[in-house]
Amino acid sequence: MKGAKDLICITCPKGCHARVWMEDGNVIIKGEVCKRGKEYLKQEFLEPKRILTSTVVVEQSRSKRLPVRTRTGIPKREIFRAMDELSKVKVQPPIKIGDVIIPNFLGTGVDLLASDDIRD
Amino acid sequence: MLKRSKLDIAIIGSGPAGLAAAVEADRRGVKNLVVFERDELPGGILRQCIHNGFGLEKFKEELTGPEYANRYIKMAESAGIDIELNTTVLEIEKDRTLTSVSEHSGLRKYECKSIILAMGCRERPRGALGIPGTRPAGIFTAGHAQRLINIEGYMPGEKVVILGSGDIGLIMARRLTLEGAEVVAVAEILPYSSGLIRNVVQCLNDYEIPLLLSHTVAEIHGDKRVEGVTLVKVDTDWNPIKRTEQYVECDTLLLSVGLIPENELSKQAGVLIDPKTGGPYVNDCLETSVEGIFSCGNVLHVNDLVDNVSNEGELAATGAYERIKGKTLGRERIMEVEADEGVGQVVPQKISGDRETIFYLRVKKPMGKMVLRVGENFEKKFSYARPSEMIRLKIPKKIFSQMGSSVSKLQIRCEER
Repeated sequence: MKGAKDLICITCPKGCHARVWMEDGNVIIKGEVCKRGKEYLKQEFLEPKRILTSTVVVEQSRSKRLPVRTRTGIPKREIFRAMDELSKVKVQPPIKIGDVIIPNFLGTGVDLLASDDIRD
Repeated sequence: MLKRSKLDIAIIGSGPAGLAAAVEADRRGVKNLVVFERDELPGGILRQCIHNGFGLEKFKEELTGPEYANRYIKMAESAGIDIELNTTVLEIEKDRTLTSVSEHSGLRKYECKSIILAMGCRERPRGALGIPGTRPAGIFTAGHAQRLINIEGYMPGEKVVILGSGDIGLIMARRLTLEGAEVVAVAEILPYSSGLIRNVVQCLNDYEIPLLLSHTVAEIHGDKRVEGVTLVKVDTDWNPIKRTEQYVECDTLLLSVGLIPENELSKQAGVLIDPKTGGPYVNDCLETSVEGIFSCGNVLHVNDLVDNVSNEGELAATGAYERIKGKTLGRERIMEVEADEGVGQVVPQKISGDRETIFYLRVKKPMGKMVLRVGENFEKKFSYARPSEMIRLKIPKKIFSQMGSSVSKLQIRCEER
């Protein structure tokens, strides 16, 4: 069980515990976990992903920050590189919710979106 | 004399509860309706909750707070609902007279057929905790820090200790870490986290932030600015255990130690408050002890999911609509809801039995397998229950019909099985 990880499933609020490891090229999950939970734990073991939410600077507006999000999850290991990138971003109104602020963010294939309107 | 206007429904607050109430009232045909909002934009606390996880039930999507609010703001705008921004409600009276003030319209008085309270809640401040020590700068409630970072664009500090593991504290531990601060520890006085498990996993475990259970802050150090705190382990009665003190250097202390429904206005109008929820006693239409005044969302009781807040807003609007149409809301037959020891709080506290009713309740302590019994002929089994997760219990009307009209008390019991 080399490289085994103890993970908590967050698919539902129950929070089941499981031990996950690789054996002969297969992901093994030990614990009382449902089908949805197994899918989550497998992904979490192989390549954990997170939706990143943060803010960027707004210029020439009475709002100071624009909340942003990645449309779907990006690899967890990219989170701090993503934060560095966001600290350089500046936007100006008008901005509509869902506008693409950065396409293919950090080459992940996932767009960075505005998560609010900034009208003026 | 002040100009007096007449309103069918006045809604106080344009957060998720108030907006859902406004949209529902409009949908039912109530057009003489005003939403009062003291902030400069609608949306309430959701504006600063930029993280995702909202709306899974209501929209079957994982939205951020601003996205969730935006859905309702758009609905309200397309319905042409009047939201009076930068306007503070100063007073409401038992006869449903409402006084508001704003820079653009001055003092105004309204005579309202119904009022919906949707003012939300406030954070418990340091003063309510009695932590010894100095009073330096650098002590913030978690929600205040959230506003500073996400809306104003200021970092409150660089090296942070968080007291309390409520959801806002956990969310802020991650937010501060992402923005470059060091979160030294989260201390929780209870032997379990008071936040949702997914937040413990994704906000603390992801960033290897220690969660110190059965710990509290014994003392705050620092003259002008926080320089450190003394953490101490506590026993089951929350008494500090000697020789477990440890000094932790930090420049900021965040407090995430509970939310309190904001009922100053409600009390002025004579609305009776349930000491268990901190919000008004309500019936199954969310009408308070004062006829024509309704309550929904976090001013009624602190929720953990915004979807439930919106549902409550819709129910309160339904009640207010029926009230102005002259229907009495089952005041002929009232059953008092009585919950046993294991239940910390329950809403509604009185029911008519005239309709399907959703009870929202919390258990007092974490429980394993348990069963909830409502009256003699309804039960629901749970594989676990935690105080941090509100239980939603939908009771069909027929259960009440079976009970007979002489029944005046409805017992809710929870038992471990």
